[in-house]
Amino acid sequence: MQATQEKEKNSIADWFISNVGRILISLFVPIVTFLVLWQGFIFLRDSEANKVLIAIVAIIWGVGGVGLLFFVSNWLIEKLSPDWVKRLQPFVFVGPAIAILFWYLAIPTIRTFWISLFDRTSLNFVWFQNYVDVFTDRLMLETFRNNLMWILFGATSAVVLGLIIAVLADRSKFENLAKSLIFLPMAISMVGAGVVWNFIYEVKDIADAQIGLLNAIVVAFGGQPQAWTALVQPWNNIFLIVIMVWLQTGYAMVIFSAAIKGISEEILEAARIDGATEFQVFVRIIIPSIQGTIITVSTTVIIFTLKIFDVVQVMTGGQFGTHVIATQFYRQYFTNRNFGFGSTIAIVLFIAVIPVMIYNLRQFREQEAF
Amino acid sequence: MSGKQQKFWSDFFINGTLLIIVIIWTIPTVGVLVSSFRTRFDIGTSGWWAILPHREWVLLDEIDPTGQDPDDSMTFEGITATFEEFRAGVETEDGLRIQWIGNKSLGKVQVQEKKWLMRTDFTLENYSNVLTGKRYEITMPDGSTSVQQGDDFTGAFLNSLTVAIPATVIPILIAAFAAYGFAWMNFPGRKYLFTMVVALLVVPLQIALVPILKDYVALNLNGTYLSVWLAHTGFGLPLATYLLFNYISTLPRDILESAFIDGASHFTIFTRLILPLSVPALASFAIFQFLWVWNDYLVALIFIGSKPDVMVLTMRLAEIVGSRGSDWHLLTSGAFITMILPLAVFLGLQRFFVRGLLAGSVK
Repeated sequence: MQATQEKEKNSIADWFISNVGRILISLFVPIVTFLVLWQGFIFLRDSEANKVLIAIVAIIWGVGGVGLLFFVSNWLIEKLSPDWVKRLQPFVFVGPAIAILFWYLAIPTIRTFWISLFDRTSLNFVWFQNYVDVFTDRLMLETFRNNLMWILFGATSAVVLGLIIAVLADRSKFENLAKSLIFLPMAISMVGAGVVWNFIYEVKDIADAQIGLLNAIVVAFGGQPQAWTALVQPWNNIFLIVIMVWLQTGYAMVIFSAAIKGISEEILEAARIDGATEFQVFVRIIIPSIQGTIITVSTTVIIFTLKIFDVVQVMTGGQFGTHVIATQFYRQYFTNRNFGFGSTIAIVLFIAVIPVMIYNLRQFREQEAF
Repeated sequence: MSGKQQKFWSDFFINGTLLIIVIIWTIPTVGVLVSSFRTRFDIGTSGWWAILPHREWVLLDEIDPTGQDPDDSMTFEGITATFEEFRAGVETEDGLRIQWIGNKSLGKVQVQEKKWLMRTDFTLENYSNVLTGKRYEITMPDGSTSVQQGDDFTGAFLNSLTVAIPATVIPILIAAFAAYGFAWMNFPGRKYLFTMVVALLVVPLQIALVPILKDYVALNLNGTYLSVWLAHTGFGLPLATYLLFNYISTLPRDILESAFIDGASHFTIFTRLILPLSVPALASFAIFQFLWVWNDYLVALIFIGSKPDVMVLTMRLAEIVGSRGSDWHLLTSGAFITMILPLAVFLGLQRFFVRGLLAGSVK
């Protein structure tokens, strides 16, 4: 009787210590990470040394520092009894990732929501006034319309073009070359892409030589040179959307291409022998076979489109009715210093991706990998 | 139509369409690349395609228009026309063109002739000008000079490297440890924590910028490399953990069990066995993250702000777009400098990159 009580007591103490230990370890790793990084950080911030030297020191210290921390904390844990190692070691492995995810994504979501309930100064609690404003403000409605255009024209074109090119390339001798060249823009930054396309849209006086390709073509056919991105609203958005299509089609193409290669050759052959035209093969066999991939690619491209920022910021800065959600967020928060309103826009963006999040979670549950 | 013929035409159609698409896709970049090697004067006065043979009006003779009244009709070389007509250029019967250059009061009249020519006046000056951080002098064809401040793309290139390398390695290392933990270790809350990782996959980073910026201001971290590394680590971690988990959890169980029997610890198994075995997955995510960080503009803009010492390439380039948007000699060479490393990485390691994309088309 006494022995069991003793045992119970022990197990409670055990449970308590092990949990405190777990929490401490989870906190310990990131805190030490932070302190070590801090020392190097002071050096890097205040040092006036040669730039190349600073770059090298920063890279070694940043990369090495994190590796070292894992090593040290694991070494500490392994000093304990095997029982404790078993309990605490998972937290050495998983702890830093979890801590960073909480600090950088999970908690900020709640904090941003909290800020969105206050006015521009973050001092007065205004309940959901900002949300009412976001959905009634004329400029914001224009912004939402633009984002819709981006998805309707941009995301759709990227996916459809990607699919068409993947099918064509699959039957060409030059498949790899063609795919590489179309895929290439994915390596270019959106700021760089902005410069590339600004150069194409460049406009000069009618009396001068046009140096922008688009206006040169227009003038060669007897037209007037135009400032394309400032032109007839809202259709000037199309000229920005083209850039996104240029960047993202390669992505869609590569994924589709891999999926098409996965379709069994026998089915395709059988259909062709039965007299199906190439178009019928495409609509009746290829598309249904890669349906899952089409959904994945579409959601990925749509999310990418929803978050588009750099292109618009660099090309027009949101002028001429080209604002999108992400540029409005930047403008409201960092230019207008309207903290409540800016945070509300971020939350709206978050709400827009919630369906995808739920879909992902469902898929994950179905996999039952756990 | 015979089968062979049909095959020829379908191949012709497929390759022809592909060719057109590829040309449309490549020409924008080619234009920038070509222009970056042209002189400042050439870029401003002719399209980059002028490097190809084409016919162009070339100055033959210049006439002093004094004595003629621009408000009335004027006569040059036997041609009578109004100012507006001369301004646009009047062609004579023997193939010459007479054009008024400049405004009414300070104008010149040129007699031009159409000639075949190629503008192949190439230079590396744009690159040296945009790379330097010092002041430099530029001379125009008419002899005038001006002094400009360099844009220090060399420094920005180093900064981009300093940001991108740790911001690639740190999340991979942390994510690999976490992925191993989730895949091969047992601990309370394991399932819930991983569900959180999956949920965070699509969270837009805009949601985090404001609170994180507040923390950084409080910690006096703003405008430092560390702040950007940590931010990219945070934003890249869900995808990294998810991808690496998918890979590491499918490694054969036998290898681990036999290592355990031999008395190896988790840490040893991870560093000696799992990391080497996961190189393909690590590499594909590394390329993905490197390109993402190198090309990022928003995160750098917010956490680096306007600190010139730490500014990365995309910020420098965006700065020229904003302040000197028609200096195409700087913009084209600058844009190409920002592209050169990602393009090299991309072309060299495309296979890994594609593999990463295929595994991670969720973000």
